[in-house]
Formats: sequence, C-alpha cells, structure tokens
Amino acid sequence: MVNLTTRIGTMTLKNPIMPASGTFSEELADVFDLDCLGAHVTKTITREIRGGNPTPRVCEVQAGMLNSIGIPSKGLEYFKTSILPHYADYETPLVVSISANDADSFARLCADVTLPGVAAIEVNISCPNIEEDGKAFAMRPRTTGEVMTKLRAATDLPLWAKLTPNTGETVEVAQAAEEAGADALVVSNTLLAMAIDVRTRRPKLGNLMGGLSGPSIKPIALRMTYQCAKAVNIPIIGCGGISEVEDVLEFLIAGASAVQVGTATFINPTVMPRLIDGLAAYMHHAGIASIPDLVGSVRDEEAADGVVFMEAAL
Amino acid sequence: MQNVTTLPARNPAPAGRVVEGTARVKSNDIVTGDYRLMVLDAPREMLDCRAGQFFHLLCPVLGGFEPFLRRPMSIYGFDAEAGELRFLYKVTGEGTGALALLRAGDDLNLLGPLGNGFTIREDWRNLLLVARGVGLATLAPLAMAAREAGCNLTAICSARAKNLLMSVEEFRATGAEVIAVTDEDGTSSVEALREVIEGRIAEGGIDAMYTCGSNRILTLLQDIGARHGIPGEIALEQQMACGLGMCHCCVRSFRRGGAIVHERVCREGPVFSIQEAMGW
Repeated sequence: MVNLTTRIGTMTLKNPIMPASGTFSEELADVFDLDCLGAHVTKTITREIRGGNPTPRVCEVQAGMLNSIGIPSKGLEYFKTSILPHYADYETPLVVSISANDADSFARLCADVTLPGVAAIEVNISCPNIEEDGKAFAMRPRTTGEVMTKLRAATDLPLWAKLTPNTGETVEVAQAAEEAGADALVVSNTLLAMAIDVRTRRPKLGNLMGGLSGPSIKPIALRMTYQCAKAVNIPIIGCGGISEVEDVLEFLIAGASAVQVGTATFINPTVMPRLIDGLAAYMHHAGIASIPDLVGSVRDEEAADGVVFMEAAL
Repeated sequence: MQNVTTLPARNPAPAGRVVEGTARVKSNDIVTGDYRLMVLDAPREMLDCRAGQFFHLLCPVLGGFEPFLRRPMSIYGFDAEAGELRFLYKVTGEGTGALALLRAGDDLNLLGPLGNGFTIREDWRNLLLVARGVGLATLAPLAMAAREAGCNLTAICSARAKNLLMSVEEFRATGAEVIAVTDEDGTSSVEALREVIEGRIAEGGIDAMYTCGSNRILTLLQDIGARHGIPGEIALEQQMACGLGMCHCCVRSFRRGGAIVHERVCREGPVFSIQEAMGW
C-alpha cells in the first residue's frame, strides 16, 4: 500500500489532491464524499457582500475557459454562520480563501477568519478581477511583501499565498511572500485573457477580460511551480490545468508538495477522487512508496545553463 | 505509463442524488429542421427525475467540434421503468453540433438530474402552459406530472410554423387539451394569446401557469398573473460551467421584496416564479 500523505508546513494532508478556490463548494457533496480529499478550499470570501460581474461570466476557448465571475460573496457573517458549520462534519481540513481591496482590510479579514474549524488561510492576493484591469498585490514583490507582512501579523494559522501568473517577477514575488512569513505558496491563479466574437465584434465576457484556466495554462503554471520550488524553502501547491494523473505527477516532480484541481471539476465533477485513486495506482505500479519520493525529483542537472538563459529571457 | 492516463472508476457517493455516469444512445434522429430527438438507455439511478429538471451533458469532441465545458439540457422525457431518457434539442453550436453526430450504440456522459422541477400544488386543478419553439420541449414532462397529480392541463403551443410545433403529441397522449398557434396562421400574437387565456380564466379559472422560452410570453403571463392573482413558474436558461452551483456563472436577476437579487439558474432554478423573473 502506498502512502499518499503529504506535508504542507505543520499540516499533514491525507493525500495531495485538493480543490482550487472558486471551483468548489458544499454542493459537490451531492456527487461524492468530500472527506476523500486532502483539503477543502472555499470560494474566496470578502468581508462585504459582493454581487459579482455582469454575465456572460464564462466562455470557452481552446483547451480551456475564461471566467470573469468577479468574486460574488455573501460576506463574512454568512461564512461564519452558514459555510463554516457545514465543514465541521468533515475530517478533511478546511482552508479558507479570502481577499480584500487593500492591505489593512485584508489583514482585518484575515484575523476575523482565524476561527476554530479553520485549518489554514489561503490569501488570494492574485485574483485578476478584483481590481481594475486585473491589477493585483502579487504582480510585484514590493506590494506582495507589504500585504503579506500585515497578513502574517493578523493570524497564527498557516498562511498560503496564492500567486498570479500575471507578473514578470515570479521568483521575486515568491521570495517576497516567503520573507514576509507565508507558510506555503499556491502557484498559481488564472492568466488574464480575452476573447471576442468576430460576428458581433463584442468581447465574449461581460467584464471584457477574464482569467484563463484549464489545460491550456498548465505549462505556464508548471514552469512557475518549478521556478518557485527552486527559489523558496516553503512548500508549493501546484495549480493550473490539472486534469489527469500525469498532470499531478508533473507538478509533484517539478517541486509541488500538493496540487489543486479546478476547471477539470467543471468538466468531470468526480475527477478529484479519480485522481486520488489513479495516483495511488500509479505509485503502486511504479514502486513509489510515498509522495516525498516524487516531490522536486525533476532531473534538471544537465539543463542548468538553459535555466539561466530562460530566466534572463523573462 | 499506460495506467497513468486512465482514471479508474470509483463507486458513486452513497448519498449523492446527482449521478455522473454513462448512457447509451438508442437513437438520435432529426425531428424537423434543426431539431433532433436523442433517446438514451440510461442507468436507473439517473432516472429519479422531476419535470423541469436538467442534465449536464459532456458533449463529445467529434467531427471538428471541440466543446470544452458541459452543456445543460432540459429533460424532454424520462421513463424509469423503460430505463429511458430523452432530449429534444436544436443544433446551434459547438456542443449540440457534436451531439448531433452521436449514433445508436455510442456512449454519452451525463451529470444529473440537476436543479428544481416545476411545482404542482395539491389544491390546484386547472393548469395552463404556454410556450414557444424549443421551450415546449422543457414543458413536455409537465404533462405527465399534471396527469399524475390529477390536474387538467391546457397547453398553448406556439411556433413560427406548424412543423416546428414541439411536444404536441406528448401533450395529447396525456389527455391535455392542445391549442396550437403559429406565426404563419397569424394566431400567435400576444394579443391573440391574451384573448385565449382571458377566455379560459373567465370560463372555469386557471390555478397556475407555466412557461419557457419566450420573453413576450413571460411578459404576457406576468401581466395576466398579476391581474388575476394566478401564480406561475418559468424554466429559465443561462450559460453554465459546473451545473452544480459552485462556479456562480449562471446567475440571473430576479425581482424579490422590492429589490433585485441574483440567483443561480442551476441551483435555485432552473424553475422560478413568473412574477420574480426578469425578461431578457
């Protein structure tokens, strides 16, 4: 029997498969037993009630989708009275995703969700919708460091920083988050994108632009996971286009200690339990006893010069 | 590496009322024009359905069509005893284009049944449905539900032309009275419909009204409903991603308690109060 457990700082997860924020909620319990997952990650919660963006909120592109949902949120009180109690029945740890428009209110919200029943806080410092034109804290190392310092001071719970691909400074942002006290990095959120209907000449999203997710962003998220794993000493949680067992393996080998599955759940709502079973079956057949045997095992020694060149090209 | 790419099947959740699984195509033929009827041999656990509910179909990548997300489709008919599920659809894009290429013996992955069906209150006796075009397909299972509830059903079926009138046989087979109106006959205008409906109300009364698929009919039924205090329900459509309520993609606006609220068509719907619904 293989051992699927993985450690994210002080937390031990029963397996490395968890949902990506925004693609998971208690409704998925209609389809399978949610206690099989490594962690539960809520949709991003904001303090105030938010309506979200105009429709259409999603559109298809090749091997992926764009979304401009816009973080509709029923607010902090609803989270405390309705969402949090729901997850008390599960053994799987609950990770609460939060966001805010400025660093101080972000930190206050972080303190307010530091509650019994919450195992970790994922800070969505990267959502491309919440500020104008997709600007976000995690686009720059300075703003990342500033907000993470305040968030760190606001909670004793494990703090996961969700990074964005919408930056030219992936490594510097990752290091800034680590220096400011992040316990793990989630790499990464959606890539800002656009699609136009050529017949009507209208943007396909009501919000004009939105985040690209699905298999088409996987190589980008994998590259960032690899870069971050090389640059920091805290665990990485890979996220971006994962839908097959081979994708999970790629992220683990690149240096992730766990992965988040998002868009694939929309296509196949039972994909997460199937990935858990598939990963166990693969490890059994390949003679791999435990997850740490895979994490960061990429054979990149001979390519070191190439890595330097690619870093320069960024 | 063969086992890496194959996802093993897992037993479905014990308590899950929503099933993700495979059904086999029995037939998938043209009804008229761009409309097709797909009959599926579906597993029993998928067939505990209510009129107005929908399934989320994983349309195949086939013949140059590459649908990425699932497609929601309202149930046209279901028969638990025969193990049969039926969808009536109009071929319009990437998803339905691919669906139209499925042949008898092919498999189709479905998720469902999803959403809330139509309500038939115990004290209701005379029901009226008014729908147009492919919206009639969504209301077809309501005829069976009305009969089971011991209600009389009048179905006003509207279309551009006679050959596009859907569900008429289904309605007649359950004993419903069918009033067919068409644009080509000049019988489908809002004023003509109003006259027919007001006539019914004057004759014997209508306890509830149901509709789907037409903004003009919605506005008409809102007006008649408000005037006579007759409740009603509408099945609404919206583009969806997950179909389960997680992604918040399929919201629509509704009037409730003097405010505008947003609700998910997949979760709080697809059936909503006619008075709360807003036109499109």
